[in-house]
Amino acid sequence: MNPEERHIFSVLVENRFGVLARVAGLFSGRGFNIDSLNVAETHDESISHITLVTHGDAQIIDQIYQHLNRLIDVIEVTDLSTAGTHVERELVLIKVATDDPQKRTEILQVAEVFRGRVIDMKPASLVLEITGDEGKLKAAIDIFNTYGILELARTGKIAMLRGSEK
Amino acid sequence: MELSGAQILVDGLKREGVEYIFGVNGGAAMPIFDALYGETEIKLIPMRHEQGASHAADGYARATGKVGVALATSGPGATNLVTGIATAYMDSIPMVAITGQVFTHYIGSDAFQECDVIGVTRPICKHSYLIKSSDEIADVVAEAFHIAKTGKPGPVIIDIAKDAQNNEALFQYPETVDIRSYKPQVHGEPAQIDKAAALIKEAKRPMIYAGGGVVLANASEELRQLTLNTQIPITVTLMGLGAFPETHPLAMEMPGMHGSCCANYAFTDSDLIIAVGARFDDRVTGDLSKFAPNAKKIHIDIDASCIGKNVPVDVPIVGDAKNVLTELNKQVRTADIDPWRDQIQEWKQKYPFEYEQKSDIVMPQFVIEKIYEHYSDAIVVADVGQHQMWAAQYFKFTEPRQWLNSGGLGTMGFSLPAALGAQLGCPDKTVVNINGDGSYIMTIQELVPAVTMKLPLKIFIINNMYLGMVRQWQELFHGKRYSAVDYHDNPDFALLAQAFGATGLRVEHPEDVEPALQKAKGITDGPVVIDFIVDEEENVFPMVPAGAGLGDVIRGLS
Ligand SMILES: Cc1ncc(C[n+]2csc(CCOP(=O)(O)OP(=O)(O)O)c2C)c(N)n1
Ligand SMILES: [Mg+2]
Repeated sequence: MNPEERHIFSVLVENRFGVLARVAGLFSGRGFNIDSLNVAETHDESISHITLVTHGDAQIIDQIYQHLNRLIDVIEVTDLSTAGTHVERELVLIKVATDDPQKRTEILQVAEVFRGRVIDMKPASLVLEITGDEGKLKAAIDIFNTYGILELARTGKIAMLRGSEK
Repeated sequence: MELSGAQILVDGLKREGVEYIFGVNGGAAMPIFDALYGETEIKLIPMRHEQGASHAADGYARATGKVGVALATSGPGATNLVTGIATAYMDSIPMVAITGQVFTHYIGSDAFQECDVIGVTRPICKHSYLIKSSDEIADVVAEAFHIAKTGKPGPVIIDIAKDAQNNEALFQYPETVDIRSYKPQVHGEPAQIDKAAALIKEAKRPMIYAGGGVVLANASEELRQLTLNTQIPITVTLMGLGAFPETHPLAMEMPGMHGSCCANYAFTDSDLIIAVGARFDDRVTGDLSKFAPNAKKIHIDIDASCIGKNVPVDVPIVGDAKNVLTELNKQVRTADIDPWRDQIQEWKQKYPFEYEQKSDIVMPQFVIEKIYEHYSDAIVVADVGQHQMWAAQYFKFTEPRQWLNSGGLGTMGFSLPAALGAQLGCPDKTVVNINGDGSYIMTIQELVPAVTMKLPLKIFIINNMYLGMVRQWQELFHGKRYSAVDYHDNPDFALLAQAFGATGLRVEHPEDVEPALQKAKGITDGPVVIDFIVDEEENVFPMVPAGAGLGDVIRGLS
């Protein structure tokens, strides 16, 4: 077996219903993995941007690239992991239990360390927004876990090539 | 002028040059069928099952190179089309399948005869459209035909809600189609073509391995030039038969599981494989770890995802076979490969396709040889099983689109409706259907429209009273445990043909084969069915057992 690698694909697609199903179906039908997936409209409302994180050996990654390209609604596919240096970010919303005030102060201090923002606060819980790369988010989640996470939602990774590389 | 959506659809189909639509009527498609009523430019062929409609559209497309069109209602009509769509998809056949859909306000409510056709067919079509509004129809039809026939061809589905068929809109048919996200690469990279030429110049044991892509790209002429200019031996796959004449001394016949020993040994010894429009299918390569261990590979294909999928490739060339071969032909030269050609000739002579003739019983291979004697120029449409392999082995194809079969999906029941479509597409050709007793009865109902239209189809059943190909595997690999393959309880196909209004003949003795074929030749005002009762337990050889290497071919007789 060849070594498995993680790749981030940036995929521009027509902004139509059914397109996501085609992309997802390609993965499920061929047994490829999706580690994370983010889809949203771009500044051009006729185009959506998909950021897709996957893993596999070189042959599988090549097949994923080729098959994405083969879909009629796919305008452009870039393998960010090979196309050049890129930036990536992910946003997480964490709802943490704050049953006693002492705990709440501590949590707010920890949030500060991760440059987290409080976007909602209730007597027994608060919601934090934290942005970062994978390592930072993992570290944050690990810490807040010790205080008791009630709910968590992540956007999945979004990414693009740096500066003039496009 | 405002027209109903159904009328816009029909007018669009006319713009695309559609001659025939194969369909079965039903509630959600009634406005379309209504618009086709009395229509003279497009002939509507009422089939007896939607599977027959999709195979007929497919057979029409394979025989003519044009886009075949099938039409069905929603729900069960659409699901019945599915096998034919998948068959066309696996063999990259240009087809447009149109299905009626329930009213838009019912979509998603599990309405009567509602089925998510787009969802069901997503993995078996090149593209699909759900139309909810009449004003989308003209553009979608133009796009669908463009997508079906360009690049790597394939089936495209248009699912139209009933209100979109009924409502009126302006008919404005696009003059050109430009899809920003769909630009097939048709020209090969010149640098890659140079590299290929350089490899060919150095090879001592080169071979050409051509597939159905050559037929699809209408590149047989260019393939012949390449072969004749270089005098490199060639093997053509089951899907490509006829792309190069099998009667030519350089032809090694088909490779693979039931291919010629010569082609399989050649793969094993070759030092350069020039693959054109072929996809290194497992039925061709056998065990990949033993496949062509000494050969460099050049792979020409329109579909980049096909290259390097099964076998690592040294020189990939993405492009249309016709364009790439034209460029390659301008510069290609070979080294001295006389010893290699001599070796090929020796294998060819030593290991021809052969069988043991019997005096008291009809041998299936003998029937095919006799069919070839009488119908060497015909379009031959085979079904799936042993008879398909014998037809591929013993009929010598010389022209592209002369041999039609479901190679990729291996769909039993394909051949009779496909032969019907082929005959309509090529009225001046004789169409011979070589069928199996198991396959024939899967779509036998399509004899009805063939009789109605008086199509002079020659339907030859190689009747071994078994699902023969499966029985062969049971004999060889399951200790002769013949589970669910005994078809001795089938009806008398000659009598049944007569009940359908066709001519039906039954042949049980070797000496009756010739007179029956003579008789069939004289019948031109409708289909003739000859039920050839053949040796029940004859097997197809040579055979490369599943999972074995090509060098381990079981030769059979010798
Ligand atoms: C729709 C479908 N069902 C099952 C099979 C599996 N299968 C492959 S060949 C074969 C036997 C075909 O029997 P027949 O048409 O009599 O041809 P023969 O092999 O006897 O020549 C079967 C069942 C298939 N290919 N297609
Ligand atoms: Mg049989």
